[in-house]
Amino acid sequence: MTTEVGSASEVKKESDQIGADAAKEKPKEVAENQQNQSSDPEEEKGPQPPPAAESQSSPRRQKREKDPSESRGISRFIPPWLKKQKSYNLVVAKDGGDKKGPTQAVVEEQIIDKEESLPREERQAKGDAEETAQRKQQEIKAQVKEEQPSVSVAEAQLAKGESKEREDEKEKEIQEEKPEGEAAKRETKEVQTNELRADKISQKATKKTKTVQCKVILLDGTEYSCDVEKGAKGQVLFDKVCERLNLLEKDYFGLLFQENSEQKNWLDPAKEIKRQLRNLPWLFTFNVKFYPPDPSQLTEDITRYFLCLQLRQDIASGRLPCSFVTHALLGSYTLQAELGDYDPEEHSPDVVSDFQFAPTQTKELEEKVAELHKTHRGLSPAQADSQFLENVKRLSMYGVDLHHAKDSEGVDIKLGVCANGLLIYKDRLRINRFAWPKILKISYKRSNFYIKVRPAELEQFESTIGFKLPNHRAAKRLWKVCVEHHTFYRLVSPEQPPKAKFLTLGSKFRYSGRTQAQTRQASILIDRPAPHFDRTSSKRVSRSLDGALIGVVDQSLMKDFSGPPGEISAYGPGVVSPVGIQDGDGRRDVRIPTKAPHLQLIEGKVKMEEEETQLEEKNSLRVEGDNIYVRHSNLMLEDLDKAQEDILKHQASISELKRNFMESTPEPRPNEWEKRRITPLSLQTQGRKGDHLFKDILSMKEKHQMATEWTVEEKAQEADKSLEEEITSILFSEKGLSDSMRATFTSATTWTAEGTVVNCNAPSEKLSSSSFSQLPESSHETLNVVEEKKQAEVGKDERVITEEMNGKEISPGSGPGEIRKVEPLTQKDSTSLSSESSSSSESEEEEVGEYRPYHRVTEGTIREEQEEYEEETEEEPGRAAKPPVVKTEMVTISDASQRTEISTKEVPIVQTETKTITYESPQVDGGAGDDSGTLVSAQTITSDSVSTTTTTHITKTVKGGISETRIEKRIVITGDGDIDHDQALAQAIKEAREQHPDMSVTRVVVHKETELAEEGED
Amino acid sequence: MGTPGEGLGRCSHALIRGVPESLGSGEGSGAGLPALDLAKAQREHGVLGGKLRQRLGLQLLELPPEESLPLGPLLGDTAVIQGDTALITRPWSPARRPEVDGVRKALQDLGLRIVEMGDESATLDGTDVLFTGREFFVGLSKWTNHRGAEIVADTFRDFAVSTVPVSGSSHLRSLCGMGGPRTVVAGSSDAAQKAVRAMAVLTDHPYASLTLPDDTAADCLFLRPGLPGASPFLLHRGGGDLPNSQEALQKLTDVTLVPVSCSELEKVGAGLSSLCLVLSTRPHS
Repeated sequence: MTTEVGSASEVKKESDQIGADAAKEKPKEVAENQQNQSSDPEEEKGPQPPPAAESQSSPRRQKREKDPSESRGISRFIPPWLKKQKSYNLVVAKDGGDKKGPTQAVVEEQIIDKEESLPREERQAKGDAEETAQRKQQEIKAQVKEEQPSVSVAEAQLAKGESKEREDEKEKEIQEEKPEGEAAKRETKEVQTNELRADKISQKATKKTKTVQCKVILLDGTEYSCDVEKGAKGQVLFDKVCERLNLLEKDYFGLLFQENSEQKNWLDPAKEIKRQLRNLPWLFTFNVKFYPPDPSQLTEDITRYFLCLQLRQDIASGRLPCSFVTHALLGSYTLQAELGDYDPEEHSPDVVSDFQFAPTQTKELEEKVAELHKTHRGLSPAQADSQFLENVKRLSMYGVDLHHAKDSEGVDIKLGVCANGLLIYKDRLRINRFAWPKILKISYKRSNFYIKVRPAELEQFESTIGFKLPNHRAAKRLWKVCVEHHTFYRLVSPEQPPKAKFLTLGSKFRYSGRTQAQTRQASILIDRPAPHFDRTSSKRVSRSLDGALIGVVDQSLMKDFSGPPGEISAYGPGVVSPVGIQDGDGRRDVRIPTKAPHLQLIEGKVKMEEEETQLEEKNSLRVEGDNIYVRHSNLMLEDLDKAQEDILKHQASISELKRNFMESTPEPRPNEWEKRRITPLSLQTQGRKGDHLFKDILSMKEKHQMATEWTVEEKAQEADKSLEEEITSILFSEKGLSDSMRATFTSATTWTAEGTVVNCNAPSEKLSSSSFSQLPESSHETLNVVEEKKQAEVGKDERVITEEMNGKEISPGSGPGEIRKVEPLTQKDSTSLSSESSSSSESEEEEVGEYRPYHRVTEGTIREEQEEYEEETEEEPGRAAKPPVVKTEMVTISDASQRTEISTKEVPIVQTETKTITYESPQVDGGAGDDSGTLVSAQTITSDSVSTTTTTHITKTVKGGISETRIEKRIVITGDGDIDHDQALAQAIKEAREQHPDMSVTRVVVHKETELAEEGED
Repeated sequence: MGTPGEGLGRCSHALIRGVPESLGSGEGSGAGLPALDLAKAQREHGVLGGKLRQRLGLQLLELPPEESLPLGPLLGDTAVIQGDTALITRPWSPARRPEVDGVRKALQDLGLRIVEMGDESATLDGTDVLFTGREFFVGLSKWTNHRGAEIVADTFRDFAVSTVPVSGSSHLRSLCGMGGPRTVVAGSSDAAQKAVRAMAVLTDHPYASLTLPDDTAADCLFLRPGLPGASPFLLHRGGGDLPNSQEALQKLTDVTLVPVSCSELEKVGAGLSSLCLVLSTRPHS
């Protein structure tokens, strides 16, 4: 807290100065500022008046002198790559100076622009420290800033190219931002602590402990408290809880928080907790999120036990209705599991009455329970649990998540989301059902929820069915639940967030966890002795239902937890492994027993070169083949750059898929009893089509069935093809961005610099969407043609920019805590554009969301974290110096916060701290001197887990007729000092080699940052 | 609950009710009832009872006919039985409602849990209910309304209960039935096919379907008397009644076909599902 106060005052002081200067500053900029401010209501809360800022230089300089150590703060913003740049300093400066001459002015302006926005945000953040909600947002922004520079190396170079004075200015900026950044730092996986100043250590210590206590009601009714850092993502807390519970098969579970008396929300593991909670208390309940259709397939008894606990609650509360007989039977298994064999002396009726078996429990029921209990003699607790589950899973409402709604005629109905699809209930009656395969699209708008269903047998047209939810949030919640359930139960691996094209406004939410298929596979690998755990009595549950929570600390749950080493091996790559980069579940795959996060940072960079590797092509081809079996999955969407492990995984999941396909009917719950029955293959085929499960035996014609099957497959292939096309075109379009395009961009830059910051984002967005919309035509055309098209498009896009931006500002800007991403303009129409939009999707206020369970669309790149980078940056500083102009305006963000980010980006100029070791093979230098090649394609893939971030850049360039593919992997490992860095590095290199056997490692840069920063900068 | 599907047709007892003379004369409840050959009707009814007892080995309880209840033999409309629970229905025809009393008493005596409808707005004919072993379908027909279906859902909470619109003046069970735990048999009429399609949409479970030329042939009973594992029977309308459907029924290979005839009683709307109630007194064994 002290920290906050301190920084706040600091800011105020500064703001005063700025305020004084403000009037003198360029009016244009001021106006712009104000404009931006108004667009972001949050900012108005800041103590500081909007204006401002460019003039800071004098005040800032003063400040800097006062506190020279502050400058080190910059290091935090300097990506490790940047730091490495040190060695290239000279070159950069020279080249940059020469080539960049004309554009330099532009850059400068931009920088100024950014600068002004920076302090404002800071101030706000600090001033409102007490206001959690606001703070939330601010911190998020800060985080974004941090990430941004770290990726855009080119930008850093650009910065280098700039004059020293500029560097100074920037440093100053960075310093100012630092306090805010510090807070944010903790939130990022990639933690860089070394910039800590000596004089700020105490503050930092304070901040470090700035954690929030979370209370989690566990399934046995006990409460678990733990501290998490304020900026922690949901996953952190969830992992803590699972660790506490000693639970490995955790993908079926989740954390709920109570939004209001009626509604509970799932905590999104991929997002920061505080952003989701807003002002709600940090109180959660640990619950089953996805009910396994066949609990007997769970690997561990402990998982089944937690599932039992959940179901007992569900039953006792009436959420899961069942008949008297079933209540009695289930109750008897509960008694057997918790009390053991019936003992007439111990198990008096009173004891039985302590349990709650049903919402309304009668004496008759208790007697029946006791009677049945006697018949279970000899069953172990685990067996009793299994029996319990075997009976529960057949209940028709098992695993059905009900949502109140009204149909188009205003009739009260309930929508039930389950493994199989969407069920429509009126009262208790099922009146309709939409199996997942039948649903083409799920969307919501305001409080309406829509599903688009494929035409029925005899119909020709798709129909859209709308439901009215009580409110917008309910509609969104339902939509999210649908997306998650569909992904979890129907897909082999999670879908990637959608491209910007589809939803400029909508939510890009996607389920990011493991799918059922993946978690099953992971479960198979669990190799640990069955953990010991005590079954706490469900009596406690019933009491807790009355409101009296008993804080029993269940030691037994903890005592077996022997760290997750086995887990790591079971679940995925090791600490340094760059594997699973593109996997949606990478986050979970890599688990690192980091107790003290962000203590240390290792960066390993591995570059590989290869002549003309058509990675993408290979991938899409392979995928296409696989996909025959996977019509309804997004397998084919998997990454372009697959680690070997990933491929294995991939293959395994395919074979699993095949197996599933062969064995079971497509309808969910395939592995249950149905499997045992013999179904004619043709019937299965029918089933796959989703609608007519009923097969007419009389009219069964094998041939016909086969034909149907083939049609389906063809469709799948078509889908694949189109996907492939998409990717291809994306690459081509990148080529279009090469030299010839630079001019265009440059001009765009100029324009941007003159205009508002907001304008900057617009082009990128527009570009991206245009490139996607073009897909159909451009797909298989020649490079040249595409290139030309591309150019034409760019021009167009620029014109539209303003409108685009307006739209943007209005909608997402209204969301409170949005993460914005800064993207290099050069990448505009590359695949990763989507990233920007996906991040903006975080807004809770989204008006619309869309999800197409059927048509999967993906690009090579994925997920929020991804960032674009400039071609060649590292190795060819000279060349890099050129494009930077472009980079300056790569901001894709629309609201005022963006500016801050921009300035952050500039920061990198400042060199600081820590140890950077570069190992490289001679080739690299050769490349550096070259003429700039033509960038054919570039893509960035980032994946992260709790404590590692892996960024993969794939660049293809054509230089003098030789094409070259570079892959850069950047692995950030955050952990305490126990990590053997050398070993980790070796491992990383080894893995990189294995992944790309036909490429060579040309450079390895290790950058270490330790908590105690070295003194002296530059 | 037993294994879903396995529970289908488990039975130890069958309940029938004798054919009153009033039915033969066309008197009584329905004004529009056609006259029957009473002797033939009684003979057929007797044969049915005999098959249930001797061929299937069920304990047969025969309620005495009541002259005031000409449609009393159609006791399948008066109760929906699953497991140990019997829902006593509220037939659409007010004249038939007294029929439930005798049935209720008998079922109670057999130890079933009796559930009453207790809602004056609900109507439910038992033959509008199809239990597949995994779920219920309730035909929303001329005879059964939504509220009636809702009570079915309320009574058998373990199971999904879906509603199926039934066009025309048929009961759901006169259009379709179960030929096995995973097989729905249905007539070929539009109404029957429509019902089956609706069911296919609503179900979570994959069933095969077998289409029979005659709708009434689909009103068959899949029965699994005796101990678990004993081979099941399919009580169906024989070649004398419905010659066209016999060949198709031969496709059901996993059951022992037991043909019976009820062509005379059919004239008053009877089918196999309405002429007998089967139940198990040990549903969970």
